[in-house]
Order: sequence, then structure tokens, then C-alpha cells
Amino acid sequence: MSDNTFSVTINGKKIQCSPHETILQVAKRGNVYIPTLCHDDRLEPYGGCRLCLVQIDRASRPMPACTTPVADNMEIQTETGEIRKIRANIIDLLLSNHPNDCMRCEATGACTLQDLSYEYNVNGTRFYGEKWNLPIREDNPFISFEPNKCILCGRCTRICNEVVMAGTIELTGRGFKALPDTSFGKPRTLKNCEFCGQCVSTCPTGALTDRKGRGKGRSFELTKVRTTCSYCGTGCNFDLNVKDGKVVKVTSAYDAPVNHGNLCIKGRYGYDFIHSFERIKHPLIRKGDRMHAVSWDEALDHVADNFKRLLKKHGPGSVGGFSSSRCTNEENFLLAKFVRTVFRSNNVDNCARV
Amino acid sequence: MPAKTRTRKSDLKSLTIRVCVGTGGLAAGSQDVIDEFTKQLKAKKIRATITKKCVNKTGCRGFCAKDVLVDVIRNRKTETYQLISPEMVSTIVENHIVNGEPVEKWLVGPEYHEFHNRQTKILLDQCGQIDPEDIDAYTAIDGYKGAKKALSMDPLEVIEEVRNSGLRGRGGAGFSCGMKWDFCRRTPATPRYIICNADEGDPGAFMDRSIIEGNPHSVIEGMIIGGYAIGAELGYVYIRAEYPLAVERLRIALDQAREKNYLGKNIFRTNYNFDIKIKLGAGAFVCGESTALMRSIEGKRGMPRPTPPRSVTKGLYDKPTALNNVETLANVPFILLKGADWFTSFGTRKNTGTKVFALTGKCKNTGLIEVPLGMSLKEIIYDIGGGVEKKRELKAVQTGGPSGGCIPAEHINMPVDFDSLTKIGSMMGSGGMVVMDDTTCMVDMAKFFLTFTEDESCGKCVPCRVGTKRMLEMLTRITEGRGRSGDIERLLELSDTIRLGSLCGLGRSAPYPVMSTIRFFRHEYEAHIHDGICPAGACKALRQYLVNEETCKMCGKCFRVCPSDAIVWEKKQFAKINKTKCIKCGSCYDACPFNAIL
Repeated sequence: MSDNTFSVTINGKKIQCSPHETILQVAKRGNVYIPTLCHDDRLEPYGGCRLCLVQIDRASRPMPACTTPVADNMEIQTETGEIRKIRANIIDLLLSNHPNDCMRCEATGACTLQDLSYEYNVNGTRFYGEKWNLPIREDNPFISFEPNKCILCGRCTRICNEVVMAGTIELTGRGFKALPDTSFGKPRTLKNCEFCGQCVSTCPTGALTDRKGRGKGRSFELTKVRTTCSYCGTGCNFDLNVKDGKVVKVTSAYDAPVNHGNLCIKGRYGYDFIHSFERIKHPLIRKGDRMHAVSWDEALDHVADNFKRLLKKHGPGSVGGFSSSRCTNEENFLLAKFVRTVFRSNNVDNCARV
Repeated sequence: MPAKTRTRKSDLKSLTIRVCVGTGGLAAGSQDVIDEFTKQLKAKKIRATITKKCVNKTGCRGFCAKDVLVDVIRNRKTETYQLISPEMVSTIVENHIVNGEPVEKWLVGPEYHEFHNRQTKILLDQCGQIDPEDIDAYTAIDGYKGAKKALSMDPLEVIEEVRNSGLRGRGGAGFSCGMKWDFCRRTPATPRYIICNADEGDPGAFMDRSIIEGNPHSVIEGMIIGGYAIGAELGYVYIRAEYPLAVERLRIALDQAREKNYLGKNIFRTNYNFDIKIKLGAGAFVCGESTALMRSIEGKRGMPRPTPPRSVTKGLYDKPTALNNVETLANVPFILLKGADWFTSFGTRKNTGTKVFALTGKCKNTGLIEVPLGMSLKEIIYDIGGGVEKKRELKAVQTGGPSGGCIPAEHINMPVDFDSLTKIGSMMGSGGMVVMDDTTCMVDMAKFFLTFTEDESCGKCVPCRVGTKRMLEMLTRITEGRGRSGDIERLLELSDTIRLGSLCGLGRSAPYPVMSTIRFFRHEYEAHIHDGICPAGACKALRQYLVNEETCKMCGKCFRVCPSDAIVWEKKQFAKINKTKCIKCGSCYDACPFNAIL
């Protein structure tokens, strides 16, 4: 470790850290749990939900772990009675303006608010009062927005502005009437939105959900199958969420090495082809006017025979390889290598010119 | 009348008329008064015999209750008139200006002199005397000499001087101005910025507006000194768009200062460059909070961010920034010119200098006052303010605007300074001071301030956004007689969560009005909740109107004013109020000449 590292104590546990790290980052590394709602590792710290408040020995009031940098010999308590009480009241306040509609909510089982409500045993009845009663917004095919379930954590607007830089949504209004919305409340269209669904991916509640997957299964019913996106060479990792042999939606986890949970419209919503009846599932060989389904062995033999014939007759310059931008980097590399070493030809190309 | 003309010529040697044209004065019609004076003097051809500046615009002198105020300085003898309307001008011109006999009945009363004599005016002194649109008027009273002096010193010496003066931020928190500048200067990153916070948003507070309207150059000079001290080359004045007159006068002042090379490149013939830009606020209270203000200048949504890092290290555009209030900056030229020792001679040891307060509410003399810090609340209210209106009893004083707390009458002898106010659960804030008498309901008062903070919450953090909303709803229920037992405890618990959990200072101080009223006037809350009574009689919904048959003279006035036909009355019969029809508007109560309606 370099010289400028130091240690802090969280709940009596000593953890090494370096300057410019926040308390939350250090706690995560040291496996100390601190609840958060507005925090997403992909985003700048925000400090809005106030759930990550912790008690620091030298501070007169609780400080947010997500924005407060660590300092040498800091002593931090994350679960004091006072802190837990503030957190419980905050969750209670959030639930006091929430439909508490978990029975039919799309996010049930994958909702941070629900988990916290369970953990802190509050249900939003102590501080009762006016609740939002806004209509569900389904003005586009991909993203469904239920304003009543929004907790104003600002994650959707920040990911739209900080990561995607699309600027589709921003917080509008102020105070109790504040709401993430498009400018002038216009519907989302291709003119103002990329439909990347990043906002959906970061929403900690059921306010923003994928329309395509609505009602088709909740997180605990789904099996996640990690795969790599086949749309371009970037190689984003994502999870196909499968129920009863059907892909119902696509999610991506932060530990995906290339994309850190970020996806574009193709990766997130372009999965219809998987279950398309037009999808080609077997190799086809043209015999006469018609294409005939054959086995992989037969197809590969057919291709190999013909390549060999051409190479023998016309030499390496007569053949080449043309691969797809929808293949991964590795597949493209293999094809180039194959053409150059086996065919001894330099006729290699790829359609990725966009 | 040749004789009179002769008298006039020999008698009238000089004449200056000063009319207050601050926003308060203008609202009371001072422009009409000025026009009338100009017209009348022209008609009487007096213009030829008097100095050119016969009608001189001045800023606010603070005594807004008696606007329009007019000073007539005839032969160097000043007489002040109050509550002047254009119709009165001809009489003043005829009797006073022409004949030399002041119109006694319109002259200001002893309370005017009392109001002014008990104050210690440093900042406001100049406000009421010079023409804010004329830089020469300011330089004539030693204006820009403080800046000249500062620029001849080392920046660190300037900081040291300000630090020695003990000047504390007048915007609310009371942080040492010298320390702030020192921290900012010590942060290595450049460029640095200095910002003047003129986003005065507290309801009832208008000291910053008055200073900018009355003497904008003092603020500019303060910013030059501050900018030089911290090493900034650009300053911003963040000012509310709702202050058009202040903005205009500031613009004029900036242009004049640039012309004189007090702003721009190599100012005051030194190698220091400094300029100031105006940024208009769009009317959000939260943009008075330092970090939100900076985001707003950057063109982003005005929402506070958590500190640390503080703005002195990472402020505007992530660069070191010193943000000072208008009043703080206006004090700076005096400190440089007259020295830190002179400044510390006012006020107390840890609270030096003077503070401008906006005295409002149920007080006889309302307006802007400037007093040394540490003066007792009693002196302010009774000696300067002239006591409570209609000889009612003082109940409490609310200080610090919507984020402050209230001080009950029994603490009236306490000194008014940063530390004492914080100790009692209130705060200095920007200097609002609302006097309340026994007809003010404390629950209703807390509700009023919560209405403001709830409406102005930016919505970023949960405790402030939802917490103040729920608190306001609870207070509303209590004032409408729908309070439940346990509400007081719930309010206190919620107050604690908001106070400890909120992101910025505005959220953290939002529950103060509730906490301090529960602390000192818990019995009023209990009376609302348990007995369904508003002890002050201010909460409409809890009022019950009854006719006292012992004093009722059967005149029927109440019957005639009732808008909802709730009063049954016939000639020679006592009036009766039908409770189901009564909308509790209070018209009958006001109309009854015999106090027979209870």
C-alpha cells in the first residue's frame, strides 16, 4: 500500500482506505451494509435520499456516507439508535406518499423501498396526508412510468444526463410537486428519447418499468442467463431473464466488465427475434430452388469441400472472409485468423463501418 | 405681491428636497410626489433661485410605515414631512418653501426621531442621503477609498484586517468573513470567484434590497476588496429578478464604476483586474443557499449539494469561491477605511458591528432599523419600534425569517446577537423580526412559516420534501380542530428527523418555528388539540360566534353584514347565530359596535 493510505473504523471494524474515497465506498469494501436509495455506482454521489446517514465521531450531526470523504482515524457508526430512527422515519415519509401497491407491482421482489420497509418495519401510516394521484404514463412502447411510485431519488434523471447524456428527463417542479419528466411533459418519442431504458435499469422502485416485460414475471420467478449482446462488437454483458423457457426481459448487472450495467436500446429491448417464428434455427443448403435444413456436420462439410475446391482451382486470392459487426470482437478476430492462416488469404473484411 | 417676491429672493438661499424613492417609497406614490414638486416649483419659478438638485432621489431610510417621507432642506435647515401625497405638495411649497413656515401638522412626530436616534446607522446612514445613481455622490462621502486603500495593501493584510474586525456573515449562519476569505485564498486552485448573495427570499426581509437600492456602490466596493483579498478576478451578484429597481441601480452603478476604472482591467491604476457580472435569480428561495446558488449560476437546476467539500474549496464551477451576503460586503469598505478597531467599537466582543433588521408585525413603527449587535430585544421593540400596536400585550418575537424560531415575551431582555439567538432556539437569519401580540396564534404562526418552507423546498432530500409537507398537514389539522392526541409528539419527532436528516441549511432549520413554539407555547397546541379552542382566537375554524344578550342592543348590524344568512334577527329582538350556516367569516364580530358578539 502506498504512503497516503490510512484506516478508518466502521462499527468497530478497522478498514484501510485512501483519500478521496467516500465512507460508502469504504464500507462496501469492508462488507459493512449501509442502506441507500439514491446511490448508483454509475452515478455521481447525490446525497438526496438521506438513508445512508451515519454518525461520525467528529461531526455534530449525521453525515451522508455517499458523499462524505473519509479522513484519517475517522470513527463511524452506521447503526446507532438515532440513525436507525431517522432512517425509519424517512422510509415512513416516503411510504406516506406511495401507493403501497406491492401485491400487483412489477418491481415486487426487486424493490429497494420494499426491502427497506421490511427491514425497518414501517408502512407509511404514521405520517399520513396527501398522496399523489397521477395517471400512469405509457406514451411509448418501451418505458412505463408510474409517477405515484416515484420517490424522487433522481437516479433516472441523472443517468439520462450523466451517463447517456441524452437529457430526455430532468426533475421538474419543486418540493412535494417535483417529478422527473420530459420537457413540458411531452411524450417520449425518438426525437427526445433514445429508449435505452437506462432510467428503468436504475429505478429502485416500480416507478419506471419495461413495458415489454410487464405482467410476464417478477424477479423471483425469473432465471437469469448471462450472455453477451450480439448486436455489435462492444461486447456488453447482460442477463436474459427467462421464465418457462421464454425471455421476458433483459437486465444487466454492474459487475458486467465492459458495460457496468449500461445497455442501449438494442441490447435492452431488441430481443424479440429470439422467439420469432421466422428465426433460422438450422443450417440451410440450397438444393435447386429451395433451401433445405441440414445438420451442422453436413453444412460444415459442404462449406469445407467447396472452399477446398476453389482454393485448389483458383488459389487463395479467390476466397475471403466477411464477418458481421454483430459478432463479438473475439469471433471477428478468429475469422480473420482463420482466413489468413488456413486460406492464406488477406481478403478479410467486416461490415462494421457505421 | 412684490413684497413677498422680495422676501423670497432674500430669504431662500438654498433648497434641496429629498424624497424617498426606494421600493417602499415608490409603492406609496413617491414618484407622483416628485412630479408634483417639480411642477409646482416650475410654476412658481422658484427653480431659478435654487440649486439644481431640487428633487434628489434617495434610497430607503427605513421608516416605511410613514412613506412618502420628504425632506425639505431650506437654507440648510432640514424639516421632514411624513405620509405626503401629491395633493399636499402645493401647501408645502406655498407655506414652507415660499414663506418659510413649515407645515407643522404634516411634520414627522417624535416617534420618527425616536426611531432614528436610537439606532446606530453605518450602512443605512448613507442609504438615505446619497443619490444611488450617481457615483460622485458616493465618492464625495469617501466612497471607494476603502478599496483604494485595500489595493495598496497585501491581500493577506486585508484578510487580517477583516478578520480582526470580527465581521460575521450577515446572511444567517454568522460565519467569520475573514476566515472564509482566508480558507478561500489558501485553496491553490484558480480561478477563484467572489459572489454576492442578493437572493433575499425571506418573507418580510428587505435589508439587502434597500442597501442595493440605496447605495449599490458600497456593495461593489466590498466585492472589489473581497475579490482582491481572495485573488478573484471575477465576481457575481446573484440577485432576485423580483427586485427590478435594485437590479437597475446596480447595473447603473456597475457601468459608472467601469467608466471610472474602478472595475475592469488594471483597476485603480494597479495591475489587478476585477469585474462583476449580474446573475438574475428566477424566484426560488432555495437558490439563496450557497451551493444551490452556485449551481443556478452554472445554469443548472438550483438544488443544494452536500458539503464537504465546502464552497471555499470547491464552489462555482468547482473552483474556490467566497460567497458573502450583501450586508456583509457593504460593511467591508468601512472596515478598511476606518479600521478594524473602529468596527469592533460597535456591538459586543464576539458579535461586532451593527445589523440591519426588518422590524415588522404588530409593532407601532415598522421598517428597517440598524442597531449594534447585542442590543436588547426590549430596546429594539419598545424604544425604536415604539412598542406593540394598540397597546396590546407582547406575546413573542419571531426572528430569522421562516427558518427562525420565536422568542417568548419573558425573554425580552436578551441581547440580540448571533450566539444568544441560536442558544434560545432561534437564529439571526437575514434579520427579519416579527412582533406578535396576544391576538397571534402560535400554531397558526408556525403553520404560516411552514407553508412557506414547504412550498419552497427544492425536493431533493426526503426529510425536507415530504417531512415539511406532512408537518404542514398536521399543523393545518390542528388549527382546524382535527388534531389528535400524540400529534405534538409526532411533530417533535418529525422535527428531529428533518433537523438532523435534511441536506441543506434550509431544510435543517425548517422545523425551528414548530420546535420553538412547542417549546414555549405547548399549552396553545394542547388547547387546540384537546379542548378545540384557539386561545388567541386567530384560528377561524375553532371560533364559535355567539351573541351576548346582555350587551346586544338589537341594532341588526350583524344581520346585515352576514354573507351566509346565518344570523336571525328582527326588530326589537336579540340576534341569533345559526351555527350550521355560520361560515365563521367574522363579519358580524367586526360589525358589532357594542362588542356583543363573542
